[in-house]
Amino acid sequence: MGKKDLEKQDIGKTILEELTGGEPKEKRQKRGIWKILQIPALAILTGLIIGAVLIMATSFDVYDAFKVSLWKGLGTAFAEVGEAYLALITGSLGNPVEIVQALLYGDALDFRNAINPILESLVQSTPYIFAGLACALGFRAGLFNIGVEGQLFIGAAAATFVGYSLTGLPPYIHMPLAFLAGALGGALWGMVPGLLKATTGGHEVINCIMMNYIAYRFTTFLLTGPMSRPGTGGMPVSPIIEKSAQIPQFFKTPIRFHLGFFIALAFAALVWWVLFKTTLGLNLRTVGTNPRAAKYAGMNIIATTIIGMAASGALAGMAGANEVLAVNRSMAIGLSAGYGFDSIALALLGNSHPVGVIFAALLFGVLKNGATKMMVVSTIPIDIVTILQAVILIFVAAPAIIRSVYRLKQPKVEAAAIMLSGWGGVK
Amino acid sequence: MSKKVMLVMSVLLIAVFVLSACAKTAGPAKFKACEVTDTGGVDDKSFNATAWKGAVDAKEKLDIEAKYLESKEIADFEKNINAFIAEKCDIIITVGFLLCDATKAAAEANPNQKFSIVDFAYDPVIPNVLAQAFQTDEAAFLAGYAAAGFTKTGKVGTFGGMQIPTVTIFMDGFARGVRHYNEVHGTSVETLGWDADAQTGLFTNDFSDQQKGSDMAVSLMDEGADIIMPVAGPVGLGAAAAVKARGNALIIGVDSDWFLTAPDYTDIIFTSVMKLMDVTTLDAIKAAKDGTFKGGSIVGTLANGGVGIAPFHNFDGQVSAELKAELEGIKAGILSGEIQMNPAFKQ
Repeated sequence: MGKKDLEKQDIGKTILEELTGGEPKEKRQKRGIWKILQIPALAILTGLIIGAVLIMATSFDVYDAFKVSLWKGLGTAFAEVGEAYLALITGSLGNPVEIVQALLYGDALDFRNAINPILESLVQSTPYIFAGLACALGFRAGLFNIGVEGQLFIGAAAATFVGYSLTGLPPYIHMPLAFLAGALGGALWGMVPGLLKATTGGHEVINCIMMNYIAYRFTTFLLTGPMSRPGTGGMPVSPIIEKSAQIPQFFKTPIRFHLGFFIALAFAALVWWVLFKTTLGLNLRTVGTNPRAAKYAGMNIIATTIIGMAASGALAGMAGANEVLAVNRSMAIGLSAGYGFDSIALALLGNSHPVGVIFAALLFGVLKNGATKMMVVSTIPIDIVTILQAVILIFVAAPAIIRSVYRLKQPKVEAAAIMLSGWGGVK
Repeated sequence: MSKKVMLVMSVLLIAVFVLSACAKTAGPAKFKACEVTDTGGVDDKSFNATAWKGAVDAKEKLDIEAKYLESKEIADFEKNINAFIAEKCDIIITVGFLLCDATKAAAEANPNQKFSIVDFAYDPVIPNVLAQAFQTDEAAFLAGYAAAGFTKTGKVGTFGGMQIPTVTIFMDGFARGVRHYNEVHGTSVETLGWDADAQTGLFTNDFSDQQKGSDMAVSLMDEGADIIMPVAGPVGLGAAAAVKARGNALIIGVDSDWFLTAPDYTDIIFTSVMKLMDVTTLDAIKAAKDGTFKGGSIVGTLANGGVGIAPFHNFDGQVSAELKAELEGIKAGILSGEIQMNPAFKQ
């Protein structure tokens, strides 16, 4: 790093301190862990309570029981909710009784079945971590990347293509190659709106949405045409990815836990390092917080914007690559039920910080995985979890509601600056 | 933050779990039939729904337990199948060709678990998977013939959700039925939306957005079609809505008898091309329960009643007796092999 760069960084740092009210280190930590967690924690609690009310209100058994007597009705209502949430917990974290039983009396398969829930939750979280990082990085750079879904599809298609078309490569070359192809696909897809924004001022939100449509249709075309599995008569399923390109799973069926989870954690660390420990990260954050100030400080806004979008797209592409290489082993239509859009909310929940994103992703993965068991046991539709997520996010996004419900004090410093600039409102 | 609120919350939460633990009583274990849907979801008014109806019928007739899990994305297939294996389901029904890899992998890893897959046949067969395939073009042929005989504008239309064999088999049979009518009667009824020679046609490329179905129906009506067969699951309901709004065209339903399953549109449902996955699914469950389950594949045809066309219902009085008689003749011709379907779609 030259002297000039150091100077530049100093100016940037000063500006950033001015804007965010000081380094997020010492002062913030004094607020204590509870202060940081209280809004998300209370939002989750409130979400669960509202979910409980919904479960009660949509159960015919409860109505029938209320016809008998008030107490019977209340008992049934609470029993239904209890059963549902118990299933949500055992389905996502595992049932201790089952684990002990499997350890004492069962065979290897019983044991795998018993510990599968928590590992499956991690499998479900992995694409959320990648996609959440993509959005978080975008937000930090003042870019609202709503195109994660499209970048994810392109990334998955690229990884799939490299995964099945190249044969005879050793795994330590083929697997990273396919994964990087996914990242590259996503990066290129994300770079286009970045380029348009930097050079023409076209808003990335609109261009990302349009790029999403192109990505959907393009991948459908690929899957029904050039990438369709031979012999199926044009079924939208790709050939199976070569064994050498598959991201390895650690255990035998039914456990799908795979290396991708650790790759995701590694990239979270990398994103954190880049954002908070490098000049590039400082540039990204400064441009994100106040582009005019960044320009005044001599930062290259055009390059930063393009790099920001490309990096965000690369992470999104990795989410897609992870899904096809580690979990599905081929690509088909219906690859994602909205990871790209959930991840926007997820990044918000995690305050656009890599660590926050990991925890938010774990929460989403746990909820999503637990919902399956909940549906199996109590036939409550999986959609209730979507409602839960939505309610939680509404409360996180609108902390004033939570504060008024639980009578919390208004904190002095609001860390909303990062979010606002992404929407193109505060420039 | 008031600590009291937190305390009350905690007590409530604990109470919920204690109560639920007491309330839960285990009944005798019933035979379990479990269905994994594809990404269309269980209420798609199309093949997921029809297959699920088979499980519900089995629940009523055979006194069993029926469960389903909806897949939101392809990664869910394996997860849902695994969840049902862990739940110790007696038979797992997977719906749709998209589940072919996941079903195969699970069946091979769990050779004692019975599976049945709808709309896909394995070659070679897997011993614990009963595949259900359908010769839908036979029924669609009849519907095409009937439509050609009933149209007033001389134009009928169709469109698909995606250009894949399980969809185009409907469109191809339909177009060939129309063509057969023209050959018999010397007419020139046109089929819009599917070219049986080039094997190309109109597709929404979407199985969920009803607006696209509506747009497609409007275009077809603008082109003069007065009977439209949408082969796109719930997207077809969008077409039905558009047809009903304009009021001078009719719809041919697919998969199930839409006169029964889409009661909002009874006055515009001419007939339906039925692919009776509920019947084959019920049969598969029955076989698993009776212990007669065997891997392999069953093909639903006109001959065994696995496919067919629905009654004309409200239009029964308007369809001439001659046309009905001709349809009977064609049905006999298909059964005897005198009328040939497109060999490309042979199941």
